[in-house]
Amino acid sequence: MFAYYIQLGLRSLRRNPLLTALMVMAIGFGVAASMTTYSVFRATSNNPIPDKSSQLFVPLIDNWGPEDAAQNKGEPPEAMSYTDAMGLMRDHRGKRQTALYPVAPSVIPADASLLPIRESSYAVYADAFAMFNVPFLYGGAWQSADDEAHAATVVIGRKLNDKLFNGANSVGREINLDGRNYRITGVMDTWDPQPLFFDPVNTSGFGDPIQLFIPFTRAIDLKMATNGNNNCNKHAGEGWDAWIRSECVWIQYWTELPDETAAAGYRDYLRGYAAEQQRSGRFHWAPNVRLYNVPQWLDHEKVVPQEAKVSLLVSLGFLLICLVNTVGLLLAKFMKRAPEIGVRRALGASRKEIYAQFLIEAGTVGLAGGLLGLLLTGVGVFGVTLVFDPDIARLARLNVSLIALTLLVAVLATVLAAFYPTWRAAQVQPAWQLKSN
Amino acid sequence: MLKMTHLSKVYRTEVVETYALRDFNINVKEGEFVAVTGPSGSGKTTFLTIAGLLETFTGGEYHLDGVEVSNLNDNARSKIRNEKIGFIFQAFNLIPDLNVFDNVEVPLRYRGMKAAERKQRIMDALERVGLASRAKHYPAELSGGQQQRVAIARALAGSPRLLLADEPTGNLDTQMARGVMELLEEIHREGATIVMVTHDPELAARAQRNVHIIDGQVVDLAEDPRFHHAVHAARNNAPA
Repeated sequence: MFAYYIQLGLRSLRRNPLLTALMVMAIGFGVAASMTTYSVFRATSNNPIPDKSSQLFVPLIDNWGPEDAAQNKGEPPEAMSYTDAMGLMRDHRGKRQTALYPVAPSVIPADASLLPIRESSYAVYADAFAMFNVPFLYGGAWQSADDEAHAATVVIGRKLNDKLFNGANSVGREINLDGRNYRITGVMDTWDPQPLFFDPVNTSGFGDPIQLFIPFTRAIDLKMATNGNNNCNKHAGEGWDAWIRSECVWIQYWTELPDETAAAGYRDYLRGYAAEQQRSGRFHWAPNVRLYNVPQWLDHEKVVPQEAKVSLLVSLGFLLICLVNTVGLLLAKFMKRAPEIGVRRALGASRKEIYAQFLIEAGTVGLAGGLLGLLLTGVGVFGVTLVFDPDIARLARLNVSLIALTLLVAVLATVLAAFYPTWRAAQVQPAWQLKSN
Repeated sequence: MLKMTHLSKVYRTEVVETYALRDFNINVKEGEFVAVTGPSGSGKTTFLTIAGLLETFTGGEYHLDGVEVSNLNDNARSKIRNEKIGFIFQAFNLIPDLNVFDNVEVPLRYRGMKAAERKQRIMDALERVGLASRAKHYPAELSGGQQQRVAIARALAGSPRLLLADEPTGNLDTQMARGVMELLEEIHREGATIVMVTHDPELAARAQRNVHIIDGQVVDLAEDPRFHHAVHAARNNAPA
């Protein structure tokens, strides 16, 4: 019967072209608006590392005290001082851990005729690669021993490898950063986690894929300043040494904890660490620490842009209005066919069969609306740059899942809108219809 | 085949109760051709819609082919309508968007019949009413008489045991009406049970038995000399 009902549905689309066009347009525009904004919302609220998002944690330690914390709802600073980052690295309480910060070395091509290249770069510890599931095209991460040795090693991205080595396996070769040579230990495959979870503080969660990682210890040796935020609650003093000994916060710290027990243990450890700082006279306040996993951290940093949430809500409201209109149009369409319903009931159709026929018919209207919606969503996704920041707009894509979702939402929403009109249709009293004819 | 005992049908509003049928009794045997007559508003069509399970009744009993139908749910009633009853309406009630073939197919679809068997039955039914060549035509392209023949083919395609006809010639001219009536008589001769509601004494006279309804009750024709006279006159005028 399904094929029969589809056939009747398609026939019904042609019956009243104006009414059909109105319904298809209402659904098409409503779905397109929702799917366009959803594509942005989905990209920005995506879980960038689903396998490990509950095992990767950002610890925060309040090294500024309650006065500053009060301005931030009691929260510790969102980055860490060098002192605390090194303290935590030394204690090594996680399964893996890394301190990291953005750096901006210039890549000097061997070909003197080429200009230096600036790529998005970070100073990290060797553990970062395994922690963040960084995929490798060639080679791999440097070793922990390289961290300890402050080695001049580097991991580069595929794009940079294409630029410098035409995509060849460059492991073991050297690149020149700011006039110093670094040995390549690995070439990353395409890696573009969105949001950029490991440093939303400096990137607002979105940015170009990272193309260069160097050892944190090496960057400190070379006194590479941060290419990100540096927040101080008082004057840091003059010079590099004063700065890294100051309470200025500029380092992101991540640790991997395999389960909730380990996380609870780490929270105790953080409190103990802060208490120790209090006892030593560095902190003059009770321990105030936090431990956030990836989703909590992205939420804390408000990575999903407010305009993405608002536009999604507005477009869902628009879809709802379109559906209410569709309810009215379907009601008019179905009730006009009361005589046909009476005949079908007389010839043996049960109410269940009337429900099936009209809901499937609504589904065909929804499918037609979905196809129009798909076309309009394509235009909408192309046009999101007019509303959103280019870094965010580039994430909105009309891929297979969005195409499937657009059609599914159109069909389901229309079938949902058809419930009341169909219920009314199924209540048609055949006797009255046949008498009145 | 069809037996109603002390059956009543009441339409209630907040202020008034209207009896469409009251203490209604009728027994139609298998293979009978019964004409149901009566003045407008007497309850003829209400009787027919209850008989066809298109409407429920308020009290009494109704046995159709030996089954008491008052407690059946919508599915069971629909199944009985589909398998045992064929309807012929005054206004034909063909679905305008479906061609002749598809109109005749409707009851067979609800029976879940396979395509080949459906096609065979549809063409047989259309052959029988003389409209096989019009299978691809739409109702609007046919005359009233042809549309009623299509409706009869639709009723016959499912081989129902009971044919309910509500003023089947009411919208037709004399010649077309005669043709439809002859078709019904032919169907009856082949063994179908037919209950036909009509205003027309001439048509009623061609049935095996007449049942007269007044004010929602079956009345004895012997006690109504006017109707008896009308039937007699109609019989005398009927073609040989």
